[in-house]
Amino acid sequence: MYNFEFTRPTDLSVAVEALKAEGAQALGGGQTLIPVLKQRLAMPTTLVDLSAIDSMKGIRRMGDTLVIGGGTTHGAVAGSAEVANAIKGLVELTAKVGDPQVRNRGTIGGSLANNDPAACYPAAALALGATIVTNAREIAADDFFQGLYATCLEEGEIITEVRFPIPAASTYQKFEQPASRFSLTSVFLAKMQDGSIRVGVTGAGADGVFRHEGLEQALSSDFSAGAVDGVTVSAEGMSNDLHATPEYRANLVKVMTKRAVAALS
Amino acid sequence: MTTISMTVNGRQVSGEAEGNTLLVDFLRKELSLTGTHVGCDTSQCGACVVHVNGESVKSCTQFASALDGASVTTIEGMANDDGTLGVIQQAFQDEHGLQCGFCTPGMVMSIADLLKTNAQPTEGEIREWLKGNICRCTGYHNIVKAAQSAAATLSGAREAAE
Repeated sequence: MYNFEFTRPTDLSVAVEALKAEGAQALGGGQTLIPVLKQRLAMPTTLVDLSAIDSMKGIRRMGDTLVIGGGTTHGAVAGSAEVANAIKGLVELTAKVGDPQVRNRGTIGGSLANNDPAACYPAAALALGATIVTNAREIAADDFFQGLYATCLEEGEIITEVRFPIPAASTYQKFEQPASRFSLTSVFLAKMQDGSIRVGVTGAGADGVFRHEGLEQALSSDFSAGAVDGVTVSAEGMSNDLHATPEYRANLVKVMTKRAVAALS
Repeated sequence: MTTISMTVNGRQVSGEAEGNTLLVDFLRKELSLTGTHVGCDTSQCGACVVHVNGESVKSCTQFASALDGASVTTIEGMANDDGTLGVIQQAFQDEHGLQCGFCTPGMVMSIADLLKTNAQPTEGEIREWLKGNICRCTGYHNIVKAAQSAAATLSGAREAAE
């Protein structure tokens, strides 16, 4: 790994300032970035560690919204009674990320900012219609994700918190790639308070996470596994790699959606 | 180079670290605590698991510089004060939970973290929890038995104390 300066601000404004330097890079839990640095796929001159900024950690409920700080670990979310009461799907999701040690370090902000096409959190953010809050602005999840490892975040912009509307019910159904434990194809299904259905799919799309409107419409009028059968999920636009063909992934979208419907029925 | 101070296995220690010094290298090279192993160096195998502020983490995927002031427990901190094996370590010996022993420090540290929050885990919960710890000698059967045996011993000791 190339060497770099390491800074560890305790205050958000100091971190924002430090990230304005040429070659500066934010470090969340490091569970993706540190392996990337070891492979010399990135060469920052300064790492700005966000883990000491306490204002970016924690979980709180504000009316119909669950707010999770950007620096909150997956382990903290998985073990939170507040989250379990409000959005069960988020507990199911975070409890299956990587392994316990990765969950004790990896953060929601880091996962969303990285937007790995097989990461779990982007599916929840999209399906729940989350608002991603940064040091500069508020971004709707529908506008946030912009393809493989791409988001609308500007250089040096930090995710300070994520606001999730609390749905009537939700579930996350993960089909793991058994070696990496990333999603081969996984579905986050949310029944919103207004009765609408939202379906977020991760691991499958060649352009990363997406919502499937056909499934959402079918399930909005008839919330049953049979309704899923009637929807055509095209293999076009699905990823293709040695683990699964586009056709296999397209089929898994339906299988995992049916499992999600069964879990909520 | 900056000086990093930590509490490691209850002792106040300090050492020098570059920005890119990993916790596992700091423990092994700077503090000469070589019980924590580097297996894969890619966060997969779990031979390097230690506890940081009470939570198990992979020390190959942590910068030492991020841990100034932290409390760290390594496998060296798991033995009893008189040097005899701690409960989980003894259970590994009794149940033949190791062959070459390379993965064992990480296994012990992961299981110790599990038993803190789940005193009597099921076999399924143990296997699920050990997802991030890879053993290439024995398979996991006796490792799971060691975890169950340690859980029973610790629970028995807790009941006896009450």
